[in-house]
Amino acid sequence: MSEAAILCRDLVKRFGAFTAVDRVSFEVKPGTVFGFLGPNGSGKSTTIRMLCGLLLPTSGRAAVGGVDVARNPEGVKRQIGYMSQRFSLYQDLTVRENLEFYAGVYRIPRRERQARIEEVMTRTGVIADAGTLAGDMSVGVRQRLALGAALLHRPAIVFLDEPTSGVDPISRRRFWTLIGELSAEGITALVTTHHMDEAQRCDELVLMRTGRVVARGTPADLIVAHAPPVILSVRCDRPQEALAIVQKTSGVRRAAVRGVRLHVAAEDDGLAERLDAELTSAGHACTEVRRIGATLEDVFMELAMGEAPP
Amino acid sequence: MERVIELVRKEFRQLRRDPNMLRFMLVVPVIQLILFGYAVSTDIKHLRVVVCDMDRTAASRDLVRALGSSEHFDVVAHVDRPRDLDGWLDRGHAAVALSIPPGMARKLDQGQRASVQALLDGSDANTGTVAIAYLSRFFMAQSESLADGNAPDRPGIRVETRVWYNPTLASAVFMVPGAMCVIIGLAATIATALAIVKEREIGTIEQLIVTPISSWELMLGKTLPYLGVGMANATAILLANALLFHVPLRGSLALLMAVTALFLVCSLAIGLLISTLSRTQQQAMLTAFFFLMPNFLLSGFMFPIENMPQAFQWATTILPLRYFLVIVRGIFLKGVGLPDIVGQLLPLSALTVAIMTLAVTRFAKRLD
Repeated sequence: MSEAAILCRDLVKRFGAFTAVDRVSFEVKPGTVFGFLGPNGSGKSTTIRMLCGLLLPTSGRAAVGGVDVARNPEGVKRQIGYMSQRFSLYQDLTVRENLEFYAGVYRIPRRERQARIEEVMTRTGVIADAGTLAGDMSVGVRQRLALGAALLHRPAIVFLDEPTSGVDPISRRRFWTLIGELSAEGITALVTTHHMDEAQRCDELVLMRTGRVVARGTPADLIVAHAPPVILSVRCDRPQEALAIVQKTSGVRRAAVRGVRLHVAAEDDGLAERLDAELTSAGHACTEVRRIGATLEDVFMELAMGEAPP
Repeated sequence: MERVIELVRKEFRQLRRDPNMLRFMLVVPVIQLILFGYAVSTDIKHLRVVVCDMDRTAASRDLVRALGSSEHFDVVAHVDRPRDLDGWLDRGHAAVALSIPPGMARKLDQGQRASVQALLDGSDANTGTVAIAYLSRFFMAQSESLADGNAPDRPGIRVETRVWYNPTLASAVFMVPGAMCVIIGLAATIATALAIVKEREIGTIEQLIVTPISSWELMLGKTLPYLGVGMANATAILLANALLFHVPLRGSLALLMAVTALFLVCSLAIGLLISTLSRTQQQAMLTAFFFLMPNFLLSGFMFPIENMPQAFQWATTILPLRYFLVIVRGIFLKGVGLPDIVGQLLPLSALTVAIMTLAVTRFAKRLD
């Protein structure tokens, strides 16, 4: 299939005078995991809500599974699964009751219903909690239940809006294993996240800022295209105090404390020596200045905090 | 329809887990009815009577003694001048002031009709109404016992009652059917509005509208459970009336329930409309009260519509409760049938359709 699973062309959403999404365009290939990055309020959720037919675009065009979201939102809803940022199943229903309810809403044939519910519970690992009220479960389990509910009707495309926010690392890993399995089955997943290790697992990424797409490509592409020229890892004593000195040194784009080290994004290679000299003259014993490879986090910081897009 | 059934089942599951809501829907209405009912209890005893006997005859003294010995009246004082009676009523020290004019006994002896005057405190409408009934019954009995003797054609004693403070007394038995109307309408409207706004407030509506469920299915599924609860509610109130107040149902129970169902649909539609105007449950409650207060005050439940200024009388024509009240009181107290209530049923149906249409148009299956 050459047609994109999700296609956006100059998508715009305005709330009064505020433009939440500004001429966003991207394509998602079928069966891929597509990552959506960007600071809070950059328009990720609004874009997803338009793609799911929850909000009407102000202008522009978007098609999901070949169906236009503005003209036929109900047609879109039939083929997608959606997990909202906020847990949006019923906390006063049990796991099984929630799934039974959505199985009914999606009109899954009665004789298949129980089997489908069992299958989803097994797959997402919530079967042990079948009789537990959703409100009594940990965030991690709740999110897997929400994913299960979104998968009941076997959608071709799933939208997962910050599915792992507030979830512990083990549960996060488990969740991403599930996303990987879905992708292997040919299901397209669009996922928003703030975790760079998760972004790294995506086939392609889009980075949004103030309603616009500021970068897109594979994780590797993004690093090549947008990472700062040099990343240094500096080890010195009293790193918190040293940070102020580093931030004032010319050629430093930004710096942050990471444990006992300073993480420095720099303009050029020559900075390493200048930094060493500055820190030593200020009385900070500098034991190591090492050049390290850039990660997606550097890209994210560069794009999310750098110059505003034109 | 399958989705609607699934929504209804879900709604009941949630209701079962929310005992407060169930209590609100089923127990509170009965308590309200009892409060309304007893606040206007028809069982009145020991009404305080002040007497001004200007006849001063054996007959007049007998009359006063007979009045005082009945269980409904206690003669608490005698005054000499009629104008002293006013003070007793003004201060609320007596509910009835009886004035026996000079010459009563003479008139009775001559075979003429004699009159006594009773002034009533009407500020408590029910007490006033009941007092009038008791007084006229008492004087009728007195006249009969006088007639029992050797002169069967004696016209007897007539009581002229004048009600002070509130001349058009609302009837007590009107209270229970009226309270029933107000209570079920209130409960149905608020429950529906809250049920929908709650889903919006906690975010579950988002997951629901991203499914292919239609607006109609969503609305039906969210309102039907409360139609059921509302009917159960009406039944509970009727039972409470049968057990506690014994206001007789003179008309057809089936007709009463059918009209109640229509009124409930109307109340649910108002709830639905309120839910489209509110983002939080608190807002919904406030909006509901904004809608319901005029219903309380202007529908004829508390104050007769005929006594209102003309502009208000026009305003009442858009209140569904106004028509339902007349229908229920008619079926309950006068035993009227379908042909007699068409005049109320038509505007009630029209309003239901209008409100439902407005609510449905406003109810978009979208977030913005």
